[in-house]
Amino acid sequence: AIPVRSSRLPLLSDAMPAPAHLFPLIRNCEISRICSTVCYCHHKHLCCLSSHFAHGHFRYAPQKKFAALYRPKENFNHFIHARDYASTPQRFYLTPPQVNSILKANEYSFKVPEFDGKNVSSVLGFDSNQLPANAPIEDRRSAATCLQTRGMLLGVFDGHAGCACAQAVSERLFYYIAVSLLPHETLLEIENAVESGRALLPILQWHKHPNDYFSKEASKLYFNSLRTYWQELIDLNSGETTDVKEALINAFKRLDNDISLEAQVGDPNSFLNYLVLRVAFSGATACVAHVDGVDLHIANTGDSRAMLGVQEEDGSWSAVNLSYDHNAQNEHEVERVKMEHPKSEEKSLVKQDRLLGLLMPFRAFGDVKFKWSIELQKRVVESGPDQLNDNEYTKFIPPNYHTPPYLTAEPEVIHHRLRPQDKFLVLATDGLWETMHRQDVARIVGEYLTGVHHQQPIAVGGYKVTLGQMHGLLTERRARISSVFEDQNAATHLIRHAVGNNEFGTVDHERLSKMLSLPEELARMYRDDITIIVVQFNSHVIGACQNDEL
Amino acid sequence: ARMFLRLLSDVRWQAANPKWRGMTCSRRSTSSTAEPHPVSLPAQAQVVICGGGIMGTSVAYHLSKMGWKDIVLLEQGRLAAGTTRFCAGIVSTARHVSIELKMADYSNKLYQQLEQETGVKTGYMKTGSISLAQTQDRLISLKRIASSLNVMGIPCEIITPKQVAQLHPLINIHDLVGAMYVPEDALVSSANVSLALATAASRNGVQIHERTSVSHVSVQKGRVTGVETDRGQIQCQYFVNCAGQWAYELGHSGEEPVNIPLHACEHFYLLTHPLKEPLASSLPTIVDPDGRIYIRNWQGGILSGGFEKNPKPLFTEGRNQLEIQNLQEDWDHFEPLLSALLRRMPDLEALQIMQLVNCPESFTPDMRCIMGESPTVRGYFVLAGMNSAGISYGGGAGKYLAEWMVNGYPSENVWPLDLKRFGTLQSSRTFLRHRVMEVMPLMCDLKVPRWDFQTGRQLRTSPLYDRLDAQGARWMEKHGFERVKYFVPPGKDLLDLDQSKTFYKPDWFDIVGSEVKCCKEAVCVIDMSSFTKFEISSTGDQALESLQYLFSNDLDVPVGHVVHTGMLNEKGGYENDCSIARLSKRSFFMISPTDQQVHCWAWLKNRLPDDSNLTMEDVTWKYTALNLIGPRAVDVLSELSYAPITPEHFPSLFCKEMSVGYANGIRVMSITHTGEPGFMLYIPIEYALHVYNEVMNMGQKYGIRNAGYYALRSLRIEKFFAFWGQDLDAFTTPMECGREFQVKLDKGMQFVGQEALLEQKQNGVYKRFTMFILEDHDTDMDLWPWWGEPIFRNGRYVGKTTSSAYSYTLERHVCLGFVQHFDEKTGEELVVTTDFINQGEYEIDIAGQRFQAKAKLYPFSSLFTHRRRKDEVELSGYQRE
Repeated sequence: AIPVRSSRLPLLSDAMPAPAHLFPLIRNCEISRICSTVCYCHHKHLCCLSSHFAHGHFRYAPQKKFAALYRPKENFNHFIHARDYASTPQRFYLTPPQVNSILKANEYSFKVPEFDGKNVSSVLGFDSNQLPANAPIEDRRSAATCLQTRGMLLGVFDGHAGCACAQAVSERLFYYIAVSLLPHETLLEIENAVESGRALLPILQWHKHPNDYFSKEASKLYFNSLRTYWQELIDLNSGETTDVKEALINAFKRLDNDISLEAQVGDPNSFLNYLVLRVAFSGATACVAHVDGVDLHIANTGDSRAMLGVQEEDGSWSAVNLSYDHNAQNEHEVERVKMEHPKSEEKSLVKQDRLLGLLMPFRAFGDVKFKWSIELQKRVVESGPDQLNDNEYTKFIPPNYHTPPYLTAEPEVIHHRLRPQDKFLVLATDGLWETMHRQDVARIVGEYLTGVHHQQPIAVGGYKVTLGQMHGLLTERRARISSVFEDQNAATHLIRHAVGNNEFGTVDHERLSKMLSLPEELARMYRDDITIIVVQFNSHVIGACQNDEL
Repeated sequence: ARMFLRLLSDVRWQAANPKWRGMTCSRRSTSSTAEPHPVSLPAQAQVVICGGGIMGTSVAYHLSKMGWKDIVLLEQGRLAAGTTRFCAGIVSTARHVSIELKMADYSNKLYQQLEQETGVKTGYMKTGSISLAQTQDRLISLKRIASSLNVMGIPCEIITPKQVAQLHPLINIHDLVGAMYVPEDALVSSANVSLALATAASRNGVQIHERTSVSHVSVQKGRVTGVETDRGQIQCQYFVNCAGQWAYELGHSGEEPVNIPLHACEHFYLLTHPLKEPLASSLPTIVDPDGRIYIRNWQGGILSGGFEKNPKPLFTEGRNQLEIQNLQEDWDHFEPLLSALLRRMPDLEALQIMQLVNCPESFTPDMRCIMGESPTVRGYFVLAGMNSAGISYGGGAGKYLAEWMVNGYPSENVWPLDLKRFGTLQSSRTFLRHRVMEVMPLMCDLKVPRWDFQTGRQLRTSPLYDRLDAQGARWMEKHGFERVKYFVPPGKDLLDLDQSKTFYKPDWFDIVGSEVKCCKEAVCVIDMSSFTKFEISSTGDQALESLQYLFSNDLDVPVGHVVHTGMLNEKGGYENDCSIARLSKRSFFMISPTDQQVHCWAWLKNRLPDDSNLTMEDVTWKYTALNLIGPRAVDVLSELSYAPITPEHFPSLFCKEMSVGYANGIRVMSITHTGEPGFMLYIPIEYALHVYNEVMNMGQKYGIRNAGYYALRSLRIEKFFAFWGQDLDAFTTPMECGREFQVKLDKGMQFVGQEALLEQKQNGVYKRFTMFILEDHDTDMDLWPWWGEPIFRNGRYVGKTTSSAYSYTLERHVCLGFVQHFDEKTGEELVVTTDFINQGEYEIDIAGQRFQAKAKLYPFSSLFTHRRRKDEVELSGYQRE
């Protein structure tokens, strides 16, 4: 991959002079920072963009491995459960500081600033983090504050068949949502500003980790699509106040539609042309939260999950699901897919718990292979660049493909009115949920955030306990507590547990060290990418809001 | 006596009952218990002792042995049911402070014969103790103790890890570098020792009343008059507060509060079932200070506890929040100690736990116990705050306190333990809570020279604190006052706190060296505001007359003169060493060491006539004191004051109020407390910053710089200046330290201590303050002396050092100490003559290694003047360039 880097660099510098005001928030002062971030990311993560471009083929070629490639861990589940990782050929152990530097590499925290000593937002702040298993990581995360409307947007995106789609959705979706929420006058104002070349009102304030990059090259393309969207919204002006649920659904559908259209239309710039195709042919799930005062909306597409942490009156923690997984385990979802297609396809629709026997999530962005007609797919692939044409995966048509589309990006939106006992929200990709039960997640995060570790004191009483047994027990308890103090970030703390937990539910350093030192090609067999956002709510503000409304 | 038999049988029953922890001896519930009190309290007694633990019973035992019979001992619950009952029962003589070592040694000897004396089984077992060293520094620390023990005649040896393994079968010795074995250390059943002492005391006539609690002590005209209890009043002349961790509260319960600065911390130890092959009861006790634990054999199993790094203080808000009996076991808290135990004795893994005992112990702000008479209430004595060594100290401490009460002072110097070393400033609960959290872990920490407490700081500060701090000052604390140790020059870094712990050459060596050089060659400023300052004045001659009686030097000097003088006791010993300036015919300004603030005040208050025309005021806080040391001090001062300061106008030992800069009324004295030329400036605090700035500005051209106490210390020790509290104590007379010139036996009137001094003048002295210059000591490579090192003359032990410092002028270490003369056969103390000092070959023992030393009775005054003149020439030459 090393030569790739050098071949990428000129491209990047070509892209640099691109107009800086395309997206309102990318102001002049930020350009250098963002550009350097982009450079950094490309180097560091060997972004799929560059490797695919240079090598000219997809790695996901052979047909028979399809299923495994989509969700390979399924086949290796027994490894994890048997905890047979000790047989890994490459065995070296990481010291606790090394483990910490790996775990903390992508951690990010944001605290909502207080005004006059009073925090008027129902959100105190959030912690986020991700731990890669794929190289490069296919998960993405986004967080932003809406500046023209109230509220905060947070989302996790789990990519498959590459990271291109997840990357695009993470960059674009919040703009689509924000625009959908904007009142008519603001849309007009923005449109007029663009028309007359004046400075735009900023729409979003992003809260990004330096590793979370935005694609500079596509920004103009993306901006034009977005502008078309708001122009349509202006024309459609219904005069009604915007409903958040509707706005979320519209934004999701519109973005997926734009992704699809951009790929069909193509772009004269060959780099961009290839990019939009890769975005469309890869896929991504999305789980997005919109918090505005006591109103929490979760829009979910796919199998990431949102969970609310609730503190009961006795101080214990419980979990409330705020999303439904869109996969074969969800009966309603299977039902929905079957309803949308003729009865003749009933047997082939879901095979081996996968859509058409291939795809685990039943809803997703991108993945035009499950949305376009066969003709369209063939036309686009044939007229597309050589890299696409040579790729076995893109040329492959799913079996029993009769009545597309089989897949949708339409989210399921759940509205929840926050109560003072709702202390935090966890958004996470399935990498977390397949290793931890939500009840444990609620407890670990809850105890972390309150700083209280409900450990019953030990009393020997009349039991027969030896010094050795007691020592073992105490060491165990100490490890549990010290792991809390090691982390300044709730998401990091959760990842530490997700990867390092032993049968006692405490972090086992040896296990953690082994899991983190797995070589790149093996890591994906034992764990999936994990991305977590933990949003902490301000119970005082929520309580006050409730009282006001009463 | 009948009552006592009942009592004893009761207690014995308690001792035999394994469920004693379940017993409630609540103070509040006692009055309503069904058990009637067979004997009513007496209406009066000479002495009332509060507290039936090891301290109270030991004081009663010793008082009654010394012939005082009219004694009542009150215990709120049962005898020996508090900390005494719970403590581990280890009698260990391995102590750092020599007075503590003597107390422990006496206790050990007392307990050994107690069973025979009283017939009460004390469980005394001479097991010996082994203190382990995991590091070389720890071994040095042990060797220092071993040196002290050996010269006291207590058997003790430094042994190898292999020898440790031979003495104790279970120990893992792989991480050890050595150990100290004290074969005569012992184990006792602490409650039974206390009961034995009570038995003996009772036989000698002491009345013991259990389930009687003291509510407060009545005071009239500054004297104890009686005790109020829940069962009535007792009139008494003396009250002894041995209430252990409740002593602070009891001290504050009366109208006249008595500050007893101590605070309780939870202390945990583990009891196990017997081993498969039960441990022999003669197996030595193990102390593993690096692992913070101690381990003793206990009924075939072990008892192991320790002093964790994160102690849990309790009872901060008083006793009512929790009862001792209800304290919880806290295994998570004990985990580091359990780990240390299993690392030390891995074979114990399979041993079954019996119980984790939570036994609160009281700790004091400086890790030393508290004894003595209250400075504010006469007849109010205290013995408490044992820092978890109550059993080791119990016998000795009780003996010294009894001597104090009967004879007016103990037979040994107990200043390090004297209640009067503390004042009200150490009795804040917040201060105590924070400080004991530092003190308790310190029990196991390495005790290196020049250790400063980190908590409870910045309590008293000079107005110049911020200015000095900004210039790189490093601070130490004395009696709550922040004092500068030295100034770290900009750009220079010193080691971290932990790394700077050393028995060898410290990291500040060159810094202090340059400060000393500046004092010798140019001029330095040292902020010495912490010194205790009193003003004594009267309408007539009362002040002069009283002071002439209380001080040994002649104070009837012309106005404006300063006199160095001792404040002596009847035996001629120094109660205080001070400088007194005669401000006017009828008023005197007295400067004493910092830690004299409470003691000196009490001493004078108790002895000055009760005369409204005679006033004494503590003006410590009113003045900032700057010490201008060095040959150029005179130039700086004369430029600032436009007054002639030449020796003709301003001779040595002179005091004058003058203006410095814009500020008027500065008391300037031509003394420096170091033997160097220079001046002390006593500045009303509002002028402090101004005068300091003026001095620093004007001093620039004379090369002025800031200096700290380490420089001062080096200067005064190389000049053979003794300091009270370090070299001088209540058992040292001016005759013994070459200060006859400060005593005016013929000043025409009687003074305290005169007879004793006259006798010494005739018969000679039995110890002599001597200066030692280490000959073959390598400053860079060898261990540094500290204080308390044994001195050997012709191979025989003759005394101990009291202070030491590196002399940058001599480029040698200088130790100060006392030399005694013991008869070679009988060990009897003989008169020490000048010839005896001069004709010996001396060695100083530093952690077992002996260094040759040259003894001197007088300082090298000529050498210094010569050197200084030469330096002065060089310096002036340098400045001209």
